[in-house]
Amino acid sequence: MKIIVLVKHVPDAQLDRHLSDEDNTTDRADSILSELDEYALEAALQLTEARGGAKAGNQVIALSMGPAGAVNAIKKSLQIGATEGVHLRDDALAGSDAAATSLALAAAVRHLGADSPVDLVLTGMASTDGETSLVPAQLAERLDLPQVTFASELEVDGGRVIARRDSDTHYDTVEATLPAVVSVTDQINEPRFPNFKGIIAAKRKTITTLTLAEIGVDPAQVGKAGSWTEVKTAAARPPRTAGTIITDEGDAGIKLVDFLAAQKLL
Amino acid sequence: MAKVLVFIDNPGQALKKSSLELLTIARSLGETAVAVNGALNDDVVAALGAQGATAVFRPSSEDLDAYLIGPKAAYLAGAVAASGATTVLLENSFDGKEIAARLGIKLGAGVITDVVGVEADGTAHKSVLAGSYTTTAKATTAVSVLTVKPNSVTPEPAAAAASPEVLTVDVPGSATAGAARITGRKDKPASGRPDLTEARIVVAGGRGVDGDFGPVEELADALGAAVGASRAATDAGWIGHDAQVGQTGKTVSPQLYISAGISGAIQQKAGMQTAKVIVAVNKDAESPVFEIADFGIIGDLFQVLPQATEEIKKRKG
Ligand SMILES: Cc1cc2nc3c(=O)[nH]c(=O)nc-3n(C[C@H](O)[C@H](O)[C@H](O)COP(=O)(O)OP(=O)(O)OC[C@H]3O[C@@H](n4cnc5c(N)ncnc54)[C@H](O)[C@@H]3O)c2cc1C
Repeated sequence: MKIIVLVKHVPDAQLDRHLSDEDNTTDRADSILSELDEYALEAALQLTEARGGAKAGNQVIALSMGPAGAVNAIKKSLQIGATEGVHLRDDALAGSDAAATSLALAAAVRHLGADSPVDLVLTGMASTDGETSLVPAQLAERLDLPQVTFASELEVDGGRVIARRDSDTHYDTVEATLPAVVSVTDQINEPRFPNFKGIIAAKRKTITTLTLAEIGVDPAQVGKAGSWTEVKTAAARPPRTAGTIITDEGDAGIKLVDFLAAQKLL
Repeated sequence: MAKVLVFIDNPGQALKKSSLELLTIARSLGETAVAVNGALNDDVVAALGAQGATAVFRPSSEDLDAYLIGPKAAYLAGAVAASGATTVLLENSFDGKEIAARLGIKLGAGVITDVVGVEADGTAHKSVLAGSYTTTAKATTAVSVLTVKPNSVTPEPAAAAASPEVLTVDVPGSATAGAARITGRKDKPASGRPDLTEARIVVAGGRGVDGDFGPVEELADALGAAVGASRAATDAGWIGHDAQVGQTGKTVSPQLYISAGISGAIQQKAGMQTAKVIVAVNKDAESPVFEIADFGIIGDLFQVLPQATEEIKKRKG
């Protein structure tokens, strides 16, 4: 099997995150591999390990689009177990919205499938910075592939992918033929951590850098120029401040109702 | 006048509040048409007319629900062309965002998600990075596609009702050819409580409920509220995953969020910190949830919640 896992280098959500003052793009200092992509990577590793792993010729390619620092997300993926890494890196990509991102990623996926076909493109359910969930669906549209998104269980069997997907009102079983674009939720598995062996092994794995020219994308189609949306203004919201805190002395339930009544919330 | 298209997937017997909100926003932007999928009954057509919709589109095929996302986007692209709309509004659910995503590529249109307000010129307001910034954004393309969060406006009826024409949009066979198919469907039991994302009040429980959601549910029922949960509580199987509030669950923005036995980890805060008023009940004074609570009670939820429930019942008589 040949699986491409999309991995994104995103600002660590545990820390304060910022938009740059000049152009309202995300400040990418203190970035990490997006936690939600670890579930996609784990799903890819489980699928390929069940088929004999790398020794049997299975490939798990960690693909990241982003500036120089994004290579760290790829390195971490290699330590966790991806077999190779690909870094799509070009100054013209800066400021791409979901549409432009999906255009570049679609071209990269096609490029990586030129020598031998790709079976699956796996992604997290959303990036933890933009949080739109637009890119997996747009990638499927651009590649004209079936989309199986928000999978909470996943199997591949005889050229088909079978997934479970939960909505508010139903549990659905979804099936598609390969190749397909699949996004997974954080319910699907328990991602592994890199171990010492993995960290050593990662040093010998290759990371290929691709430019837009190499994947046949015109720089005018991506970045701010190629984006179909524009952020006009951004203002930091004042952080929420703590209000009244009381310790229960046997009547806190009544004080809570007094508070709700005063706020006209009853 | 600008033309706006609202997508309503399976309107059912009556329009949901979130649909009425979309229609209210649509009217403020221009002449409104509606694209529906699934059964369309006469009451719904009349209700859409009362909302000022001048046209209602339906797909030529009845089985779009048998597929995931792609074919609905293809249908909607046809409806956009038929209506001449330059703005398309959808609900902000996972499905809504993904239909918007694919529609955007089909039309070469910019997509903006998580919208909480739209100005007449199409400028959309949203908050990003888990509520830490408020931004305005605009599509630079001829058509813009927006997914709007529930509770963003107060739904209002149109000044003048319309009697909409019901029109069929042809869905090409190729739309379903390569799409993922839904091969099995199991209904989830309905709780009878308000929908979590639309509710005015949410009472949420975490690991602190220790397997017993009773006090949370009773307080919720006394307040007419929806029940939410932290991931620790849903992972433990004490309540369904659809109750999870947070980064990988639902984002809620109610008038009141009562957090009980929840520590307030960053991933939980991401889903609730835009609530108007936050109340926290937690035994541990050091819990981060107290940093954002308007009213915090350091105490045992098994004492505080039942007492509050009794008191509310008493006052409501
Ligand atoms: C990728 C990822 C995504 C995630 N997504 C989400 C998400 O969407 N939503 C989410 O909630 N979490 C999410 N999490 C998990 C999150 O990090 C926390 O682990 C989780 O929110 C903790 O839940 P909790 O506060 O209920 O449990 P705990 O952190 O264990 O806190 C329980 C609290 O209950 C209090 N308590 C105990 N007993 C009582 C009592 N009798 N009365 C009053 N208080 C009591 C304790 O003092 C404590 O503060 C995610 C994590 C990851 C890694």
